[in-house]
Amino acid sequence: ISDRSLTKPFCRMLGFLKQPVVVTAEINMNLVALTVMGLVNRFWALSYPRAVVFDEVYYGQFVSLYMKRIFFVDDSGPPFGHMLLAFGGRYSMNVPIWSLRLLPALSGALCVPLAYQILVELHFSHCAAFGAALLILFENSLITQSRLMLLESVLIFFILLAILSYLKFYNLQKCSPFTAGWWFWLLLTGVACSCAVGVKYMGLFTYMLLLATAGVHFWHLIGDQTLSNVSVFCHLLARGLTLVVVPVAMYLSFFYVHLTLLYRSGPHDQIMTSAFQASLEGGLARITQGQPLEVAYGSQITLRNVLGKPVPCWLHSHKNTYPIRYENGRGSSHQQQVTCYPFKDVNNWWIVKDPGMQQLVVSNPPRPVRHGHIVQLVHGITTRYLNTHDVAAPLSPHSQEISCYIDYNISMPAQNLWRVEIVNRESDTDVWKTILSEVRFVHVNTSAVLKLSGASLPEWGYRQLEIIGEKLSKGYHQSMLWNVEEHRYGKSQEQKEREVELHSPTQADISKNLSFMARFTELQWKILTLKNEDTEHKYSSSPLDWITMDTNIAYWFHPISGAQIHLIGNILTWASANVATLVYVCLFLWYLLRRRRKICDIPEDAWRLWVSAGGLCVGGWAVNYFPFFMMEKTLFLYHYLPALTFQILLIPVVLQHLTDHLCRSQLPKNMFSALIVAWFSSIYLVYRTFSPLTYGEPILSAAELRALRWKDSWDILIRKH
Amino acid sequence: YVTYISLFFFSWDETHFGKMGSYYINRTFFFDVHPPLGKMLIGLAGYLSGYNGTFPFQKPGDRYEHHNYIGMRGFCAFLGSCLVPFAYLIVLELSKSLSAALLAASILIFDTGCITLSQYILLDPILMFFLMGAVLSMVKYNSCADRPFSAPWWFWLSLTGVNLAGAIGVKFVGLFVVLLVGLNTVYDLWELLGDLSLSLVTLGKHLLARVFCLILLPLALYTAQFAVHFAVLNKSGPGDGFFSSAFQSRLIGNNLHNVSIPEHLAYGSVITMKNLRMAGGYLHSHWHLYPEGVGARQQQVTAYLHKDLNNLWVIKKHDSNTDHLDPSCSVEFVRHGDVIRLEHKETSRNLHSHQHEAPMTRKHFQVTGYGINGTGDANDFWRIEVVGRKAGKRIKVLRSQIRLTHLATGCILGSSGKTLPKWGWEQVEVTCTPYVKETPNALWNVEDHINPKLPNISLDVLKPSFPEILLESHMVMIRGNSGLKPKENEVTSKPWHWPINYQGLRFSGVNETDHRVYLLGNPVVWWLNLVTIGLYLLMATCTIVAIKRGVQLTVEFKELSEVLLHSGGKMMLGWLLHYLPFFMMGRVLYFHHYFPAMLFSSMLTGITWDTLLKFCAGCLSCSVGKRVYTYGTLALMLLIVYSFYLFHPLSYGMVGPMASDPNSPMAGLRWLESWEF
Repeated sequence: ISDRSLTKPFCRMLGFLKQPVVVTAEINMNLVALTVMGLVNRFWALSYPRAVVFDEVYYGQFVSLYMKRIFFVDDSGPPFGHMLLAFGGRYSMNVPIWSLRLLPALSGALCVPLAYQILVELHFSHCAAFGAALLILFENSLITQSRLMLLESVLIFFILLAILSYLKFYNLQKCSPFTAGWWFWLLLTGVACSCAVGVKYMGLFTYMLLLATAGVHFWHLIGDQTLSNVSVFCHLLARGLTLVVVPVAMYLSFFYVHLTLLYRSGPHDQIMTSAFQASLEGGLARITQGQPLEVAYGSQITLRNVLGKPVPCWLHSHKNTYPIRYENGRGSSHQQQVTCYPFKDVNNWWIVKDPGMQQLVVSNPPRPVRHGHIVQLVHGITTRYLNTHDVAAPLSPHSQEISCYIDYNISMPAQNLWRVEIVNRESDTDVWKTILSEVRFVHVNTSAVLKLSGASLPEWGYRQLEIIGEKLSKGYHQSMLWNVEEHRYGKSQEQKEREVELHSPTQADISKNLSFMARFTELQWKILTLKNEDTEHKYSSSPLDWITMDTNIAYWFHPISGAQIHLIGNILTWASANVATLVYVCLFLWYLLRRRRKICDIPEDAWRLWVSAGGLCVGGWAVNYFPFFMMEKTLFLYHYLPALTFQILLIPVVLQHLTDHLCRSQLPKNMFSALIVAWFSSIYLVYRTFSPLTYGEPILSAAELRALRWKDSWDILIRKH
Repeated sequence: YVTYISLFFFSWDETHFGKMGSYYINRTFFFDVHPPLGKMLIGLAGYLSGYNGTFPFQKPGDRYEHHNYIGMRGFCAFLGSCLVPFAYLIVLELSKSLSAALLAASILIFDTGCITLSQYILLDPILMFFLMGAVLSMVKYNSCADRPFSAPWWFWLSLTGVNLAGAIGVKFVGLFVVLLVGLNTVYDLWELLGDLSLSLVTLGKHLLARVFCLILLPLALYTAQFAVHFAVLNKSGPGDGFFSSAFQSRLIGNNLHNVSIPEHLAYGSVITMKNLRMAGGYLHSHWHLYPEGVGARQQQVTAYLHKDLNNLWVIKKHDSNTDHLDPSCSVEFVRHGDVIRLEHKETSRNLHSHQHEAPMTRKHFQVTGYGINGTGDANDFWRIEVVGRKAGKRIKVLRSQIRLTHLATGCILGSSGKTLPKWGWEQVEVTCTPYVKETPNALWNVEDHINPKLPNISLDVLKPSFPEILLESHMVMIRGNSGLKPKENEVTSKPWHWPINYQGLRFSGVNETDHRVYLLGNPVVWWLNLVTIGLYLLMATCTIVAIKRGVQLTVEFKELSEVLLHSGGKMMLGWLLHYLPFFMMGRVLYFHHYFPAMLFSSMLTGITWDTLLKFCAGCLSCSVGKRVYTYGTLALMLLIVYSFYLFHPLSYGMVGPMASDPNSPMAGLRWLESWEF
């Protein structure tokens, strides 16, 4: 065997010498026609309207930040989508609208031939495949979404590409595994999946579906006893490499490019930790650049809370004292307030003092503070010591009040010793480092922990945030952790000089670099956990409204002419897709139960086709739809579009199955075909009817608009005259 | 099996469930996010053992003094100790191996967490009792499968149903075991369907038997326990405010009980309006104005939770100011779709809204009281609509869900649920929301209704039927559950903490002199469980791949793989079903939520290690193999017993210095820094 397999490619290599070079091109005119139609239909008057439409506001902002290389955080998804949009905007002159909308429109247009190809690869007839492509072509909601600078159509493109390349790969699997084509399609599956996930996290659902499908197919492969153990293992390895390792690597590379491109500090800096901010150019880095790394006795520092919620803030104190009695009648210590203040201020400066010594300057050489050391914290401007007593905190009565100690001579001695615990230490003798170390301050007398409670103080505390001493520290929480942000070695002995020193900017000479993985982890975590407060939107809807399209979104409205663009689907397609899903599920269950009783209604091949096609389409619809019921974020109709695409692909599958297997004789077959033609023309008609709302032109009169309001729940804007 | 020590202190959640037991004895109505069965049983146990329901249960650590609480604790402890024989029987039935069963049982006996949890008046031992009962009877009826429709088969099948009803009746976590039994039943039926020797009629019988025993029977029992709950709790109590006005009219002592008011709204009626959100207040206004800088300086309109004269409003026609109570006028009813004006009775100002932003919810419009003696402007007009009703219908007191749409701006009157600052007397904000959404925040109902010209009818007519109160109490429970959100900056237990025994729960006692009890699993047992899950997955994958690749197994190994895949699979599924859903829950989670999953994991440990040892023994020669098997089992048992000896003070109480102190008996046992004993 080995002999033949070696000589064969060799012969083939030499073969081209014996024959003339001939290029035979096979062009599927269906595909070309569909692509052209898709392009026309998506690109028609693309730069109209010349205005910012709906969420283009956000994407436009991100693109311009990209241009300026300014760092930002977008909680809606990973950076690949923004990067693609910014890439489109890159080669534009003064009016970037067309080029910014180019990429979404292009991906929207390419979805049409992709749909065709997918059905062909599923072994359905060209007729059915053509039908699927037409349905995608005439779907108003997909057109609207792809004609604007939004990411859904890019996402759908990558999802369909992933599905198509997996199907190509699977069809090659039977005849020629480990060939170039096989590797190509397998690799393309992985790449398309990672692009889909990189554009929007929703892509994860389809990725999971594909992984599951690949798992099932591999399971059949294991059962194939003609394959040797080694080749099964090779198959596993190839799949693991291309479907898991490659996507993960690609995903990381998106972030790598993102973080490399955006190196300037910007509006979202405050969300990130000090260490991250210091790695950006400008902003905090300008201040912290070159400040001493190791905190020593006598250091002047500002302490930032690591959690950064509800707002990032710094440990702060000021002259005012806690009111003697609170509004609810409880008493306080009447000592100087300690709060957390969300702005930079000279009152945020503290001095680290050795309890055994009087001086407030750094000795030469500096004595660094290490994990477990006991320190006092002196407020720079008022020179009072950070202190806590067994007095209830103003808003959290179960915790202790934190104050700066004033000696009133009333048998309440100062308790101002704090133990420094570095949480992210490597060894127990670690030095407390600027920016990098996350520190807990444990009160020596009561073992209370300095913590940000998250509540805002009333008027007397200037609405600053409350700081408490948590007595029963239930494990670690970021609100108990602090890091040094600004830092310098104190030099001034006298209070007056020191005040001047505190007001002056810091400067010194070391820079800090964060590794890519550390920055990636932090950014990823922030993207996943960042929550937008406002969950109400005029056009938000619930997943139940989507399936019947009870809702629409008004994207754009021209105040004078009354022209408008809506995200509104082709209602006939939506209804047919729902019916197709229902028919599929019922028929599937019926066949399944009957097969279990050993009654076969359809031949084995047809059954396998039915399962695989339906599994992909219904499965794709289900995984892209049902998870939304468990999500708590604000949802919009456009979240349904990926699911809808899968559902539309199901329609021709069901139709062809019905013609092939349920219409036994010729007459009903013909009648059925006629019905399908009629149905297709009505779909086209509905598309034409609603296209003024899709393209924003021609401008409709109030009566015409009213006539388009087919459902009472649709929100179509009609001008009052 | 286990002897439990009672304590004189009560702790942690006992404040909660003990109090509810007392409520049952005193028959006062209360609200809790869990279904009533567990608390009802606690109350019953207390009643039978002579507890009179007078202990106040105020804060953890109080002494019981002379109160007779042993009955309630003993009841919970008894149910908790039943878990051990249940686990023994389940594993014995599944694996047919005595040592596997003993291993699983000993894990539960010597787990400090299980002991601590079943010592107190809590819902968890009751829940776990029903849960294990359901699994046990499920396993039993599965093994009766060769004798379908025989007496034991029927017995175990219906017992499964009874236990399922018990499990969901105690806590909604019981739904996961319903899912487990459901999946098992579907698999069961699928197997039967594939058996061509059974006729369709027999299949139908099988299906009906399961539908009856596993769906209808539990549903009936579940409903019955709510019937008992509502029948027992017939006095007004602390839970009234959570429920709608119609619900409250059932309770003796509530001011809506046995009153009679006119049924349909008419112009000139004096009414109070209650917001439909849970614990929503009455529409309220008072002489005080909104402060400078908060919208327009007009009279405040708020939602107020208590009954007050300032809650009274008069319904007037929008275009006339006639006194409808004048005897010469004829009665005119308010109808769906009418445009009305609401005049505040005390201050004679109209309910008003305009395009100023609301004080707290910036995207909404401000609602104020405006005008003098009923004369205001066009911004005082509201359209009154009833949800799900046609135009022209009259509006009913209590029953109708009313929406008030502001005519000029199109916004809807609602209560945002946010508390106003001090200038608003910490009452709840009322806004006009421009987002047209069907939420209870924007719906109101009329509660009090005074109109001397209309005939009063008794509210008994309006009393809700049983299905309605059942539905309502479920809605309130679900909303209550999802309302238990952790606060920002609060340390909460995360699901990934649980299997690694990362952190326990302090039951009672903080200081050195206190009697301290700390809920923490026996770390050796828990880590063994954790390792076993990985081991099981590895073994199962190897076995299943080997079978798929067509490896020929000996009879002995075939049996072993059968046990591993089927019995182990069931336990694994149980563990997954009782653990994974917590990752998706938004509510506050506690360590003790893991215990149902831990039961499955312990049984899985028994089965897996027994299979592994048997497999090793099978590979070796006969005598050596037997010895390996015996010693292996013994070593595991000894390990568990010894670790229990080390950690037993956690559950039986510790007095003296903390574990960080080298003098403490627990010194050196604080293996993780996050344990706090």
